Amino acid sequence: MIDERAVQLEIPAGAEFVALARLVVSAMASAETQLSDDRVDDLKIAVSEACTNAIEAHDALETDERVLVQCWADDDHLEVRIEDRGTGFDVSNLPEHPPVTDPERLKFERGLGIPLIRALVDEVEFASSGEGTAVRLVMRHDEELDGNGLRP
Amino acid sequence: MDLGLDVSERNGYTVLAVRGEVDVYTAPRFRERLIELVSEGKHRIIIDLEGVDFLDSTGLGVLVGGLKRLRSHDGDLLLVCTQSRILKVFEITGLTKVFSIYDSVDDAVGAAS
Repeated sequence: MIDERAVQLEIPAGAEFVALARLVVSAMASAETQLSDDRVDDLKIAVSEACTNAIEAHDALETDERVLVQCWADDDHLEVRIEDRGTGFDVSNLPEHPPVTDPERLKFERGLGIPLIRALVDEVEFASSGEGTAVRLVMRHDEELDGNGLRP
Repeated sequence: MDLGLDVSERNGYTVLAVRGEVDVYTAPRFRERLIELVSEGKHRIIIDLEGVDFLDSTGLGVLVGGLKRLRSHDGDLLLVCTQSRILKVFEITGLTKVFSIYDSVDDAVGAAS
């Protein structure tokens, strides 16, 4: 359910617009939440990865449809949703790469985006079908952390 | 969005200092510059990331590709980075085990020679 206070940004599916999506989300995260600067930086990377995948999905289809970025702050978290109209992918069945310490790994310049998203945000959900992909990113407010920096 | 790519020489190493944001838009320029340097015969390269404000997996991909290219020429690719927000993406992806990362260009040159 999209909150009525959500900020919505439609970006043309061009690489030059990923920076704009990062800027809008990070400005909103800084203004509307208690996220620390480090966590805003983490969110920026996750947004960049998800928008890059969305734009590449539109590129592959040669569609000029826009990528939709929605962002809203709730009492205890910030949520970002990135939607594309690509052909979708099976997130449980991504190609496996050799471990980074294996020299063979250097043959793969890609495949690090989704692991990065998973590591950097508190929650991530991929909903993908043949008609597109929606990625939902959640960052919980830092005040929920206990004194040791751990979540209760 | 500006991406700065400044090349200099230091003790037999070519230093490529990157400034600005490295993402899907700017990474192709970074990749091209690196490929140009390698094809000019520069096989000992230090990439200075101290001026980088943002780097995502597309930037990591350029570095992985550069390392592969240089290794195929028996070369060397060293990184300079002290910024925790940039180092973090190397740590998460395990690439700290793949790259030699130094605190300064002087340290990188010193360790290599």
